[in-house]
Amino acid sequence: MDFRILRTAGWSLAALLALAAATQAVDTPFAVHMIIFAVAAALMVVATLNREHKLAVGSISQDLTGYDDDVIRWGVIATTFWGVVGLLAGLLIASQLAFPLLNLDIEYTSFGRLRPLHTSAVIFAFGGNALIATSFYVVQRTCRARLAFGGLARFVFWGYQLFIVLAATGYVMGVTAAREYAEPEWHVDIWLTIVWVAYLAVFVGTLVKRREPHIYVANWFYLSFIITVAMLHLVNNLAVPVSMFGSKSYSAFAGVQDALTQWWYGHNAVGFFLTAGFLAMMYYFVPKQAERPVYSYRLSIMHFWSLIFLYIWAGPHHLHYTALPDWAGTLGMVFSIMLWMPSWGGMINGLMTLNGAWDKIRTDPIIRMMVMALAFYGMSTFEGPMMSIKSVNSLSHYTDWTIGHVHSGALGWNGMITFACMYYLAPRLWNRERLYSLRLINWHFWLATIGIVLYTASMWVAGITQGLMWREYGADGYLVNSFIETVEALHPMYLMRATGGLFYLSGGLIFAFNIAMTIKGRIRIEKPMTETPYDAAADRPLLAQPAE
Amino acid sequence: MTLGMTAVETYDALRHFADSWGLVMLGGIFLCLVGWTFRKGASADMDRAANSIFEDDDHGA
Repeated sequence: MDFRILRTAGWSLAALLALAAATQAVDTPFAVHMIIFAVAAALMVVATLNREHKLAVGSISQDLTGYDDDVIRWGVIATTFWGVVGLLAGLLIASQLAFPLLNLDIEYTSFGRLRPLHTSAVIFAFGGNALIATSFYVVQRTCRARLAFGGLARFVFWGYQLFIVLAATGYVMGVTAAREYAEPEWHVDIWLTIVWVAYLAVFVGTLVKRREPHIYVANWFYLSFIITVAMLHLVNNLAVPVSMFGSKSYSAFAGVQDALTQWWYGHNAVGFFLTAGFLAMMYYFVPKQAERPVYSYRLSIMHFWSLIFLYIWAGPHHLHYTALPDWAGTLGMVFSIMLWMPSWGGMINGLMTLNGAWDKIRTDPIIRMMVMALAFYGMSTFEGPMMSIKSVNSLSHYTDWTIGHVHSGALGWNGMITFACMYYLAPRLWNRERLYSLRLINWHFWLATIGIVLYTASMWVAGITQGLMWREYGADGYLVNSFIETVEALHPMYLMRATGGLFYLSGGLIFAFNIAMTIKGRIRIEKPMTETPYDAAADRPLLAQPAE
Repeated sequence: MTLGMTAVETYDALRHFADSWGLVMLGGIFLCLVGWTFRKGASADMDRAANSIFEDDDHGA
């Protein structure tokens, strides 16, 4: 049978099965999710038929000779959109911590439900879309081959958006597996697994059909990110559903084994999703924007293998002073400290790529953003190992210092490098002369930087205050402070943090505006970032002066 | 639980394997992979690889 008919029939069947599952649902959120799934499948049927009709009447045509950039264009838009949504959610929950009134006394808008919405929106929706889009861009250019399985690539994009919508709606309805950065329940996890396998197939398929003998190092990082996330996702989410038609499941692990599985996942989600994947962006886009090759290709390969061999052991540092065996904590701590070296090797490699062209930091705001991203990569990969040391951890753990550390990495490293890559991609993907405005990047840069500084500084102070107040004993051996006293002490810091978030979000809105205007094809008339200093009157030979 | 070992025995055996031969094996593989970048003629290959992203921007010629 014709594959297109098979595909239409397949999506129709999926929609019907989802509707049937909705009628059998044992809880409302599961029914809502099945209806969302059915609607998505029905939209796929309509889109497939519509596309076939347009191809048949010739109102669109397929060009298979160039690079397949449709999915990447959608990815840039999705990254921008989810970025603003995620930052907005972050600002809201930061304000809720300062003013509990903002929980609105409604279950759907309570902090506990919006917090995973924020983390998933920024990590998986903003970061994940950026990773998928840039990986499809980079793998095609470095392999000099068109994307393998174009239809599957489109499925990856839309399937991933469906995953985001299912996860987000689930959180708001109170559905959670209660696993850090892996809150979606079992049925959403299965959907993500299907999408992720398709992603792997498209990426590896493109590598296989490459026309360039060497696989450029950025692709090594992307591939390690895709494979490791698949492995982490499958093991961490092993669970038994209570009902085939319900949204509740129980983990396959119990007690400290469950805790270790979660942090083996959690830390490697940071290591491979937020580090390896974004380093892949760094190793392609920084040299491209700087127009010079990476400082040391050998160092980039050493960076790669060191991260692969070290990161996977670092997870137990999240479980110091718990039921986890002491040796496992020590192992996690030692490997975390060893990670410092390759991380800084990678940071130096990225920064030194600009060696001999440092003036670009002044003249090119995209390079400036990349340099700031690398600086924060260096700072947070120094702070992380330091916090994994048991004695430091006894002060920092469970405090806001951890939140500050995460945000120095997420806002500084992941955010800045993603913004820079989107600024790089937008004019190229839409074939524009340049971005709408380079000066707006400058505004974005400074708003974001001020935002991060306010955020991390306030959380350092808050975290250390909290840690010291919690452990303070009086002469009689009792704890001096009650918990609510520590909360009161932190209030000014929470205000400062929310202000930082507001700055960062403002930068994000400017970013979204700039990208939207670029897509529309508008160009802002503005003074260029650099001018050639030239004085025609002085540019002449020195004439012999008559004697006086 | 292999060959009639109890859970604790399995844990113990794996844990000792991890900090002895397992560690040596992974360390050896790591050193081989990094050492490979220092082989004779590697520098020229790496220069070419580092510059490969500039050879052609928009077309796979």
